[in-house]
Amino acid sequence: MTQSGAAHGDNYLNHEKGIKSWLTTVDHKRIGVMYLFTVLAFFLVGGIFALLVRLELFSPGHTIVGPQTYNQFFSYHGTIMVFMVIIPLIPSTFGNFILPMHLGAKDVAFPRLNLLSYYLYIGGAFLAASTMAFKGIDSGWTFYAPLSLQSRASTTLVLTGAFIMGFSGIITALNFITTTHKLRAKGLTWDRLPLFIWAMYATNIIQILATPVLALTLLLLVAERVLGIGFFDPTLGGDPVLFQHFFWFYSHPAVYIMILPAMGIINEVIPVFSRKTIFSYKAMAAAIFGIAIVAFVVWGHHMFASGQSDTASFLFSLITKLVGVATGIKVFAWLATMYKGSIRFNAPMLWAMAFIFVFTVGGLTGIYLSTIATDIHLTDTYFVVAHFHYTMVGGAITGFMAGIHYWFPKIFGKMYKEGPAAVACALVFIGFNLTFFPQFIAGSRGMPRRYYDYAPEFTYLNQLSTIGSFMVAIGFVVTAIYLFQAMRNGAKAPANPWGSATLEWRTASPPPHDNFSTDPVVTAGPYDYSSIKV
Amino acid sequence: MAEVAVHGHHHHAHHFESSEHEFVSCKQGMWLFLLQEVLFFSPLFVAYAIFRSLYPGAFMEGHQYLDWRMGGLNTLVLISSSLSMALAVSGAQRSQTKRTVIGLSLTLFFALCFLVVKYFEYSHKLHLGISTAGFFSLPGIHDPKTPLFFSLYFVMTGLHGIHVIGGMIAIIWVLRRARRNEFNAQYNTPVEMVGLYWHFVDLVWIYLFPMLYLVG
Ligand SMILES: [Cu+2]
Repeated sequence: MTQSGAAHGDNYLNHEKGIKSWLTTVDHKRIGVMYLFTVLAFFLVGGIFALLVRLELFSPGHTIVGPQTYNQFFSYHGTIMVFMVIIPLIPSTFGNFILPMHLGAKDVAFPRLNLLSYYLYIGGAFLAASTMAFKGIDSGWTFYAPLSLQSRASTTLVLTGAFIMGFSGIITALNFITTTHKLRAKGLTWDRLPLFIWAMYATNIIQILATPVLALTLLLLVAERVLGIGFFDPTLGGDPVLFQHFFWFYSHPAVYIMILPAMGIINEVIPVFSRKTIFSYKAMAAAIFGIAIVAFVVWGHHMFASGQSDTASFLFSLITKLVGVATGIKVFAWLATMYKGSIRFNAPMLWAMAFIFVFTVGGLTGIYLSTIATDIHLTDTYFVVAHFHYTMVGGAITGFMAGIHYWFPKIFGKMYKEGPAAVACALVFIGFNLTFFPQFIAGSRGMPRRYYDYAPEFTYLNQLSTIGSFMVAIGFVVTAIYLFQAMRNGAKAPANPWGSATLEWRTASPPPHDNFSTDPVVTAGPYDYSSIKV
Repeated sequence: MAEVAVHGHHHHAHHFESSEHEFVSCKQGMWLFLLQEVLFFSPLFVAYAIFRSLYPGAFMEGHQYLDWRMGGLNTLVLISSSLSMALAVSGAQRSQTKRTVIGLSLTLFFALCFLVVKYFEYSHKLHLGISTAGFFSLPGIHDPKTPLFFSLYFVMTGLHGIHVIGGMIAIIWVLRRARRNEFNAQYNTPVEMVGLYWHFVDLVWIYLFPMLYLVG
């Protein structure tokens, strides 16, 4: 089965040498690896800000910094994690590395555009991060008007950075869609596509349809601050609620830019480690698209308390419940795939199971927030904070962790140790729940989000939360250590260590420069393990 | 395609099977790009619709300060530029380099005319004190929301103007390549792509003109 494309030891990592060959590469694999390290560097920065926020909240009142600095901490944490980490996390790393290989292609459709998108990302990210050297940012990651219009911080600069990063995401998306349409291997019909491809396809459509709206909205905010156009400024006759509409028209679908690729990874991992074909492939693909379509007509559920009409709120609430239906289909199909399978508890599978648990909690608590009556009570409390961390961190980050453990042998050609991987997964999983579960309780009892101070009766819950956040941090540090160790002197990875059926495992680990020594031909579905021995 | 002179030797990129394969892929990529452009402009059209329905008086008053003759002239200029662009594309498809070069040069000329007219319109308004809402200083305005109309006017036409400039840069790029005889019936992807983009830019103006100048 294995076509050893690199018998002579040539692979994409050593095909060309030197830092310049990396910075000017148009190889999708190298660009994926560059994204991986860049995004993870920002993950570290965003994570440090998270720990600083949690430290400040360890006790009521002043703990380590003043209220103004605290504002900056959570603004940076949110902005970095959303725009620089979670949105590009899976599409730009595994999207770049794996998607063309999943398709049996030699590269993405537009390799130079791909490199451009990397530099746009880097440029935008550094521009946004450079605000730390100036006056910082203080209006959260949502930049609500009129706060963001009156802000004296470096808001214009961070908005420009986010605008540029948005453009990077858009061209990556059109690149991937075209690749999926035009560069599939022989025999790779649409009903044989791995579900990761379906998830990426839906994600990319959202990026092309929603990201431009955010880009223009951010541009309008810049124009508000520089040119005084007044669309969102009540003192000039504009309407701040219009900003909320524009912002959430993007930012609700953006949740699915973050979560669908993670679901895609889970779709790949669960069948491989259960040795069973995925339960109801078609329903899975349909659920992905159902979520992507519904994503565009639910933004008003963020505005139940913003003076939106009751009719609009009612409709937005009703439609939002459909997301729960589609998500339910996926969760049950994953469980049904595992049912009576021969499950192997390797690291990717542990993370996938963590994903299912955490994401289900996130999804179920979303029902409280999409119900108008309960949402009015919970709006702007820690319940919301806990909910979106369960979906975004629990969804995107654990999905990413499943992915990195699944594809690490392919990307770096080395095996990591399973022992520390299991320990790290347990640390993050327990730490995560310890951090955010108390926040559901604090929020439902009325603790407001984003406040510097809190009532003394919330101290105990906040301390649990802070302890949990440090457990999560330790878990990620352990992960970084054993993965770097594996990169340096891990055992050599075989072409197909997990016994997977998708195309990237048919070539050597790490893959040769051209991905496949001979053009692959597909004769079976992506989860057909009948002819693969483990 | 018999009379094709083989000038440019374009080899398609290694991950495509043929130059035809490369062409259809580029075309799909370009259509997706134009789709995101439509979405990029869409919030402005939404903002227009909302403000127009809330404050019809401001739009009635505001549009009287816009000269429909200038706008109409620019509409004619841009329609002409779409025709000359079509000429350039058909030239490239038939390996008629001269036709391509003339078509692209004419398009560039029309684009410049458009910007010159726009420059006179803008400077006249700014001179009168007609600006965005934050800097509006024209006396004798009746409707307090009229400055908001002009914010819309400047943002919509300004963003369109930036797209015109972007299109001109792209046209200069393909014009230089056309003069080096790089395009022929086998390979003319860049000309077609720039052509698609240019038609989009024209189309946006076709909407902006009546919405802003003829709204009364
Ligand atoms: Cu939402």
